[in-house]
Amino acid sequence: MNAQMNSVEIKNLDLHFGAVKVLQDLNLTIGQGEFLVLLGSSGCGKSTLLNCIAGLLDVTAGQIHIGGKNVTWAEPSDRGIGMVFQSYALYPQMTVEGNLSFGLKNAKVPKDEIAKRVARAAEVLQIEPLLKRKPAALSGGQRQRVAIGRALVRDVDVFLFDEPLSNLDAKLRADLRVEIKQLHQTLGNTMIYVTHDQIEAMTLADRIAIMKGGRVMQLDSPSEIYNRPRNLYVAEFIGSPTMNMVDGALAATQFSSPLGEISVEGYAFDGGAPDATPAVLGIRPEHIASGAAAAQMPIRLDSTVELVEPLGSDTLARVNANGAPFWVRLDGQATLRPGDALPIGFDPARIHLFDKASEERL
Amino acid sequence: MDAVSAHLDGPQGPKPRKRFSRNNIIIYGILGMVALYYLLPLYVMVVTSLKGMPEIRMGNIFAPPVEITFEPWVKAWSEACTGLNCDGLSRGFWNSVQITIPSVIVSIAIASVNGYALANWRFKGADVFFAILIFGAFIPYQVMLYPLVIMLRELGLYGSLWGLVIVHSIFGMPILTLLFRNYFTSLPEELFKAARVDGAGFWQIYFQIMLPMSLPIFVVAMILQVTGIWNDFLFGVIYTKPDLYPMTVQLNNIVNSVQGVKEYNVNMAATLLTGLVPLVIYFVSGKLFVRGIAAGAVKG
Repeated sequence: MNAQMNSVEIKNLDLHFGAVKVLQDLNLTIGQGEFLVLLGSSGCGKSTLLNCIAGLLDVTAGQIHIGGKNVTWAEPSDRGIGMVFQSYALYPQMTVEGNLSFGLKNAKVPKDEIAKRVARAAEVLQIEPLLKRKPAALSGGQRQRVAIGRALVRDVDVFLFDEPLSNLDAKLRADLRVEIKQLHQTLGNTMIYVTHDQIEAMTLADRIAIMKGGRVMQLDSPSEIYNRPRNLYVAEFIGSPTMNMVDGALAATQFSSPLGEISVEGYAFDGGAPDATPAVLGIRPEHIASGAAAAQMPIRLDSTVELVEPLGSDTLARVNANGAPFWVRLDGQATLRPGDALPIGFDPARIHLFDKASEERL
Repeated sequence: MDAVSAHLDGPQGPKPRKRFSRNNIIIYGILGMVALYYLLPLYVMVVTSLKGMPEIRMGNIFAPPVEITFEPWVKAWSEACTGLNCDGLSRGFWNSVQITIPSVIVSIAIASVNGYALANWRFKGADVFFAILIFGAFIPYQVMLYPLVIMLRELGLYGSLWGLVIVHSIFGMPILTLLFRNYFTSLPEELFKAARVDGAGFWQIYFQIMLPMSLPIFVVAMILQVTGIWNDFLFGVIYTKPDLYPMTVQLNNIVNSVQGVKEYNVNMAATLLTGLVPLVIYFVSGKLFVRGIAAGAVKG
């Protein structure tokens, strides 16, 4: 695989619906064979961006390149893309076979070639027994598989997924997620995948682009996004339950807040410790040690348990430390009751510090 | 008491409902009266059309016929006189058929493409175009009668069947376009997008994707148009000439003729004959229509 070649390039893309700016000066470069996930809450412009790449929406300004070709004005079918939709969008009156071959017939592909490609796609997706059925006679998971097959038969470079698993139940979603990842490893195509589900994003992506208000807030690998969120928005968006945040003021390596004076010696500042600034300290629930383990942590706090949520594998507890609420992730076997005292502690190396005003990482 | 319910006390299973509760009596009573109110005139018409004139003169309009005769029906269909023609309603029937069929086909064909384009291909000025079209639905017909006479005359179509077909097609356009636009808008947009990604063009998407999913709305449009055009009197009398009068106009001429005896039985039979086509359409397609809507044919 040629890592240098870029598969999809988006340059200074703007899209306005009247006065509403859905996408603003967006730049994105996606490498050949890369799995990019566009992640964001609803209305952030991620699906709009995907529709622009597919050519289903006219852009207001900027360019889109696919496979080195400027396709800004090209028809969707001429862009070398295949698309999978949330609602499957199978043609209800055609059989599975008809659905798979519709695009190829439109492209005037010879009959035997169509048959060959449909057979191959059906084999890859294990839908051979379903070929003669109508979509109405398929289950949700089977329908989505056919929808993926429709992109597959077209032999395209770039796959676009628009929240393909959102209509499925939890079990099926996990199964199909694995299948999509497997498919990506087998085919090696470029894939752009829109979702609002951070688990899908974390598990599937080579890189994640977190979007908000038509802009990319951070574009990085899943581990980078989890471990070093660029700003408050990303920090709060990724992780479940969300990161604990404490408002305070930072002076050199001293963080003063309702929790008291905390030394953040050991935190890897992006630039260098600022002189004095209002700041936000973040710590993920899973990075807080509790009980005996808390004693070994550089930062220690006393807290009282307020609420316990047993999940089986883990137990989540909301604790109160000097009036500040914290979510803590505990072992699933922990037996805690509201009102219990629980010492907690954490390592400055695992915390996140953000400038209060700019919301950027310090 | 069986073994399962033996150890249960108090209310169990479905709650018993009284058949003759006050609510039921009121609901069914009112429904029955309203049905009777609408059915009574129909009954009188059918009964009268099967009587001979001497029996009608006796004045018992609600009484069933003593001696059933189909003479009035035959006379209404093939012998009743309008003006100089004495070939009954049959002439008007065939005129109406020749007017209705092309009008229905042309108007539905154009309006469905209009609605599809307005719903899926958001071309520049689509909203303005749609607003103007809808506005057309609210302009009184009377305003347009005379201008249309002049336009048809200039086209050389005034007084011909095709002139009337054009008029019906034009006047069906606003409401039918609205109907189709709303229906196509209700179809999932992703289906249209998927077809575009699959490389289908305007007509391919219309014929291969949209049409097969739209049977219910075509049936609705057909019912609307067939009954509307069949029942039309105003355009028929204005834009055609006596030879080409549709059935409704001819019915009027038979019933309202001033010379001679009023043949109530023939008039009733003629009226029933004229109303038969919309009636049949309702009975035949009504079921299909309801089934199409209920089946939710949209869901893939």
